[in-house]
Amino acid sequence: MTYTFHWYPALQALPEMLAGALVTIEVALLSMLIGVGLGIVLALGRNSKNRLLYALSTAWVEGARNTPALFQIYMAYFGLGSLGIFVDSFPALLIGISFNNAGYLAETFRGGLRAVPATQTRAARSLGMGAPMAFRLVVLPQLFRTVFHPMMNQMVWAILMTSLGVIVGVNTDLTGVTQELNVLTFRTFEYFSMAAVIYYLITKFVTLSARAAAARLFRY
Amino acid sequence: MLDGSDFGLQELLLMARGAGMTLMITFWAVLGGTLMGVVFGLVRSVAPWWINWPLGAVLDIFRSVPLLIQLVLVNSFKSIIGLDVSAFVVSCVVLAFYTSSYCSEIVRAGVQAVPQTTRRAARSLGLSYWQDVRVIVFPIALRVSLPSWTGLTLGVMKDSALVMWIGIAELLRTSQVIVTRIQEPLLVLSVCGLLYFLMSYPISRLGAHLETKWRDLD
Repeated sequence: MTYTFHWYPALQALPEMLAGALVTIEVALLSMLIGVGLGIVLALGRNSKNRLLYALSTAWVEGARNTPALFQIYMAYFGLGSLGIFVDSFPALLIGISFNNAGYLAETFRGGLRAVPATQTRAARSLGMGAPMAFRLVVLPQLFRTVFHPMMNQMVWAILMTSLGVIVGVNTDLTGVTQELNVLTFRTFEYFSMAAVIYYLITKFVTLSARAAAARLFRY
Repeated sequence: MLDGSDFGLQELLLMARGAGMTLMITFWAVLGGTLMGVVFGLVRSVAPWWINWPLGAVLDIFRSVPLLIQLVLVNSFKSIIGLDVSAFVVSCVVLAFYTSSYCSEIVRAGVQAVPQTTRRAARSLGLSYWQDVRVIVFPIALRVSLPSWTGLTLGVMKDSALVMWIGIAELLRTSQVIVTRIQEPLLVLSVCGLLYFLMSYPISRLGAHLETKWRDLD
């Protein structure tokens, strides 16, 4: 083996990479916010009796779940251009991941809604609660309990998916920054190992804090 | 083939070949990953904590680091130690480990779903340990695990798109090449998406079908 590892320059690039990690977390969080919002709408659409709403939301959900995330990012980056909507690589990444999150979360929410029996709502209503109040105080807390873990899993997925941005030319997130450094120095292994460690720490932080939050929130 | 479009039979054949590459990588990755995953999963469900814990921690790495980074790392490490294997082999190996990490969890959950009382009953009827594993645990665990396993297979097929980054012309990469040549991204990508959909939808329906069918049997 004639290769000598050079860890020092990689360690010196740590501040840059951490700044990239911050962008990664921002994109993931933003895509989750959009994904949760759209996911609720899609879940309601999937339960709707309106044919058009049902067809549209089903197409979205099946499309998001049956094609690669990278393909969805490509669609946003190259595909939208054909429709005259030109998006930069960064928004393309955000659109792609949000589209994907929404598709997966829609099914999560649909399952969650099914898991709360209708008798619960009826019982709440017969205790004198109005429909919004029954939803807020009885259905929502139970719904939250069933969707919490899948949502946190999706959050981890979102973090991992942000790394795909580099393929359409994003250079500000953790993988993007790492790739820029790699192109400059050709110390591929060193830089990407550091990136791997940072990703590992981020995802571990998310899963462990989710576990702690769950233990606290769902004590009963 | 289409009026006013440069997308013809030749392009379609190229994409079909790309889809073939996607399927081939998926096949090897799922095959290797499942074999390893079953072993890891069984070990994890019976081993004492001092084996279980480190093994779980190592497998967890494959689920906590982006696949793209795993591919780049292994590919560059291969060059560093001067190993002469193709990018195809690297892709299959990385994806197989990635698969095994998820598969081991599926297997473990399946084994844990078999009630302890059922196993004790089997042993009191005179079955040996391995007979119990073979004729009691295996059928029940398989039933619990198979739907998740089909989901995993689909996931791996979709994730196999990332191997383009280390230079393999699978379906998505082939589509990108065609887009650069004929400049009709929406059309080409739609065909690409359709091909992915055609490959994954039947398996996903099968998984859902098995799930409902077996739920009714309980």
